[in-house]
Amino acid sequence: MQSFRILTAPAAPLLRDNVDTDAIIPSREITSVSKQGLGLGLFAGWRYRPGGGREPNPDFVLNQPRFAAARILVAGENFGCGSSREHAVWALADHGFRAIIAVSFAPIFHDNCINNGLLALSLPRVMVAALAQALLAHGSEPCLTIDLERQEILGSDASVIRFSIDAEVRQRLLEGLDAIDLSLRKLTGLDAFYQRDAQERPWVYL
Amino acid sequence: MSEQARDERLAGGQGDAQARSLLDKIWQTHLVAAGSGAPWIAIDRVFLHERTGAIALEGLKQRGRTVQGAARVFCTIDHIVDTRPGRTDETLMPGGREFITRTRAAAQAAGIRLFDVGDPDQGIVHVIAPELGLALPGLTIVCPDSHTCTQGAVGAFAWGIGSTEAEHALATGTLRLNKPASLRVRFEGRLGAHVGAKDLSLRLLSRRGAAGGRGKAVEFAGSAVRALDMEARFTLCNMATEFSAITGMIAPDETTYQYLAGRDFAPRGASWDRALATWRSLASDEGASCDEEICIDVDDLAPMITWGTSPQHATDVTGRVPEASDSGTTQEAYARALQYMDLKPGQALSSLRIDAAFIGSCTNGRISDLRSAARVLAGRKIAPGVRALCVPGSSRVKRQAEAEGLDRIFRSAGFEWRESGCSLCFYAGGEDLGLGKRVVSSTNRNFEGRQGPGTRTHIASPATVAASALRGSIADVRSLEAA
Repeated sequence: MQSFRILTAPAAPLLRDNVDTDAIIPSREITSVSKQGLGLGLFAGWRYRPGGGREPNPDFVLNQPRFAAARILVAGENFGCGSSREHAVWALADHGFRAIIAVSFAPIFHDNCINNGLLALSLPRVMVAALAQALLAHGSEPCLTIDLERQEILGSDASVIRFSIDAEVRQRLLEGLDAIDLSLRKLTGLDAFYQRDAQERPWVYL
Repeated sequence: MSEQARDERLAGGQGDAQARSLLDKIWQTHLVAAGSGAPWIAIDRVFLHERTGAIALEGLKQRGRTVQGAARVFCTIDHIVDTRPGRTDETLMPGGREFITRTRAAAQAAGIRLFDVGDPDQGIVHVIAPELGLALPGLTIVCPDSHTCTQGAVGAFAWGIGSTEAEHALATGTLRLNKPASLRVRFEGRLGAHVGAKDLSLRLLSRRGAAGGRGKAVEFAGSAVRALDMEARFTLCNMATEFSAITGMIAPDETTYQYLAGRDFAPRGASWDRALATWRSLASDEGASCDEEICIDVDDLAPMITWGTSPQHATDVTGRVPEASDSGTTQEAYARALQYMDLKPGQALSSLRIDAAFIGSCTNGRISDLRSAARVLAGRKIAPGVRALCVPGSSRVKRQAEAEGLDRIFRSAGFEWRESGCSLCFYAGGEDLGLGKRVVSSTNRNFEGRQGPGTRTHIASPATVAASALRGSIADVRSLEAA
């Protein structure tokens, strides 16, 4: 998994609440058994004009030239709600996103982000709104720097926002640790657990 | 007792320190190891389906990892498979066949029981798991599918995960998880005629919002929940994910045990007696605390329906599109929802003509759902110009419905009668309901584009869907009865 330490990149605001994973990647865009190549389908229902083609909808934020190269998304409340499809994260990553700053995340989506090395940061609504406002007010391509080690977001106007993040999540992102490798290495006591549990709850073990 | 459980109880500040909740008890039974960070929780059942199954199983294989406890892993073909009569592996969706064939091959290679196309036990994962007795009280159950919370209705801890987490559960037999905060939702009172679990969940969502239960383990309780039959309880817990909860659960009781007794994978004989004794001790102890409690009186609850593009955009079926100030949503989201749904503030929902009606899904595709719709439809015809479909939630549900003659009622009324699967709950099968078409649907999500690009979805109970199909516009099933 790719590690995440410090990122300076263009950022785009998408301050809608309850952006669901059907919006992030519609079902019709998931057409192969693969984690790759999903970027084209990202936000397809909003990004392209109605009718199923690929003609860009100029109103959508990522189609505006100054936000087209965004690698950081600034989002609203409960981002990534709905379906558990990890395709939503694969699509964001394939498009180039490395971090999402939101008021809050739907829990499954949040974990899917971390498992793919995508930083998912929560900030209070007023701070997210201010951040988005600054991005919109910026004349050209607005950039942010996210320093995960120092737990700081730096605006291009030299503003600094401190953020908090679960210590274990931070460590996994900093080191790019694969959760399964980690568990296979560190998890002990499973055999003893099964031995005891099979006595106590034999009907579980088919 | 884990440190964390103790801390939470102290933080709660209420209740008896010794009293434990349903979640506390399941949590403690499944705690394998705690280190720095989230503890490892043993997983009793993993379910897969063809949209995510092949990716997870092939991902494991590529990394040289094997499936632990394959006998407790199950796979079904439900999401992408066609539901039209005479189906094969072919789908209307481009590339759909590959999802099915590669999932089949991967499941067979891993030694996992597959409920394949044509298998008499095939069906939607959250319909067949309880139906087969695979979901049992006290179990931990996961599936790369957000509606896994459905299965919590039997008194299990069941939750949806992503593909990577599914690989983790398959490879290690565990997941790492911090114990979620608890939220008890009590529905008190007696439900009126034609008002049920779907209406309860939409009431909760309309009051507390789609993020109202974010990350929490919701335990549904109260007199109205105790009075629900098992299938209605699945409906209620199914919608917990629309509340952004990690799970919905209901303490097991006689209703649960009667439902499970004799099911294929449920314990039998002496093993059943022993399991039952354990299950009877699972219910939350008197005085067990929770982090938050919500109480909703349901005596006067009317059938509910959504007007907008989030499940929280719900109101009485007799009601109107709310004004922005009463919509429980931001001005921007409200304006977007009205534009997408082609609605005006204050418009009576009963004035909305519909193009389609859909009955099915893991929310409302069980035999009791089909019976309740069939009671409304019996001897009647749907309105001209309405396209209506009934898609049983499992092959067993389909056979049962046919044995009871429900298929004839649906067909005579003008419904298509399908093979079981997720179907038009979403667009994955390659079918859609059409740009700008308005559908009343017994499903779970009214998101933009969920049932096809530009399709406008109103979610409601099967009875409300049936009544609306008959009238050709959104209808109150109670007024139809009186007519």
